[in-house]
Amino acid sequence: MKKEQVPQDEGNLVKSNIKDLYYAVDEEGKYTTVLSTGWEAKTLAQDESMDLIKERVEDARSKVLAGELSPIAYYMEVNKMDVSILSSYTHIWSWFVKRHMKPANFHKLKTKTLQKYAEAFGINIEQLKDISKYPGLQQ
Amino acid sequence: MKLEFEHHQSAHCENGVASNLLKNKGVNISEPMAFGIGSGLFFVYLPFLRVNHAPGFSYRPMPGFIFKRLSKRLGFKIERKKFSSPQKAQSTLDTMLENKIPVGLQVGVFNLVYFPDEYRFHFNAHNLVVYGKEKDKYLISDPVIEYPVELTEKELEKVRFAKGALPPKGHMYYLTYIPEKINLEQAIIKGIKQTCNDMLAPVPIVGVRAMRWVAKNIKKWPNSIGIKKTNHYLGQLIRMQEEIGTGGGGFRYIYAAFLQEASSVLKKPELKEMSKEMTEIGDEWRDFALNISRVYKNRTTGSSMYEELSKQLMNLSYREEAFFKKLKTIIRL
Repeated sequence: MKKEQVPQDEGNLVKSNIKDLYYAVDEEGKYTTVLSTGWEAKTLAQDESMDLIKERVEDARSKVLAGELSPIAYYMEVNKMDVSILSSYTHIWSWFVKRHMKPANFHKLKTKTLQKYAEAFGINIEQLKDISKYPGLQQ
Repeated sequence: MKLEFEHHQSAHCENGVASNLLKNKGVNISEPMAFGIGSGLFFVYLPFLRVNHAPGFSYRPMPGFIFKRLSKRLGFKIERKKFSSPQKAQSTLDTMLENKIPVGLQVGVFNLVYFPDEYRFHFNAHNLVVYGKEKDKYLISDPVIEYPVELTEKELEKVRFAKGALPPKGHMYYLTYIPEKINLEQAIIKGIKQTCNDMLAPVPIVGVRAMRWVAKNIKKWPNSIGIKKTNHYLGQLIRMQEEIGTGGGGFRYIYAAFLQEASSVLKKPELKEMSKEMTEIGDEWRDFALNISRVYKNRTTGSSMYEELSKQLMNLSYREEAFFKKLKTIIRL
């Protein structure tokens, strides 16, 4: 890639005031470094991935509100986690995490277990029990 | 307290940390040099490992490998520590800083507050340097960011003790010994040889053969898992190629920059030609990423698009195979 070809699109980095560093060749064919504000192809891939997360969050949210899943499922998606990541943050076996996603099992959980989940999600127990108390919901 | 430490931005975190720590000790090793000697160019396909609900692709070796090989080949020594207790991890870090030693850390990206949301996934192989502490804030040289940043004690603890795949467990490292004389030529040759062997490895999950496996799967995915998932997997391929800390198309350019530098160190003009060729290969990787992104943008359906992408990746694998075979013979002479 030539120096002039280093893309300067408005990417997701711009809002955090970050630029990427690229290696590119100058007029004499010598390698040098150039800063880039973003590249469309990359931005599209990132947006796709964010859309997927939003969709998963929405899906989990409606299932929690319909009483099909416990709030754990919703917060797991909000935090971009999957069962194995959540399991390692809470030190609760995956098999149990899956069980705790059923509302009936969730309601039987001890405060100590609830606390583990709340900590993993960076919220308090009250928010964990009722997803409408989570500020991220209002958007 | 603030240590003498010059922050240089780099294209990739591990090379950047390696290069920055060495420059701090007066050893002038550029990022491409660190990358080339540490055999950073790689391709691996891990269909069983899930990252953000897609299979794992990586354009680099396991975290820590680049630095480890670099240290072995240049003859300097690194001390590494992992912790089970966050308090111990923090107090050890503080002691190091009091002793005026800048410290490299392996951290998780998800809780790095200075990154935009799009970059924050549960990916635990990012590297940065801590070079001071003022009140309860650590001074951080994150090699992929233009300027130095800061993290509070709490924030740093969170990223050092991130969970999930490859948990860093407070992993810290620092230089303990620098030899007086460095045999750069020999280190470069060793680095190139290993990259050739890695890329030409006779196993299906690494190197050009892994690229072929992915190419074959791209054709199959639309039928087996549906268009939506296929596009997501392809998006993962782009992100791993182009994003902070992973960089693949970008990696090809760093490697080309390395070959250019190596050409003058080893006085082998052929390597300059190889550098040009690698630049072209890098351009083709970028075209590949661009073509993938067009699949989303136009929401084009039909399997012909996927056939095309598969063909393009297959061609890249043949091109890289030929490249590394040639590079191997050049370096032997």
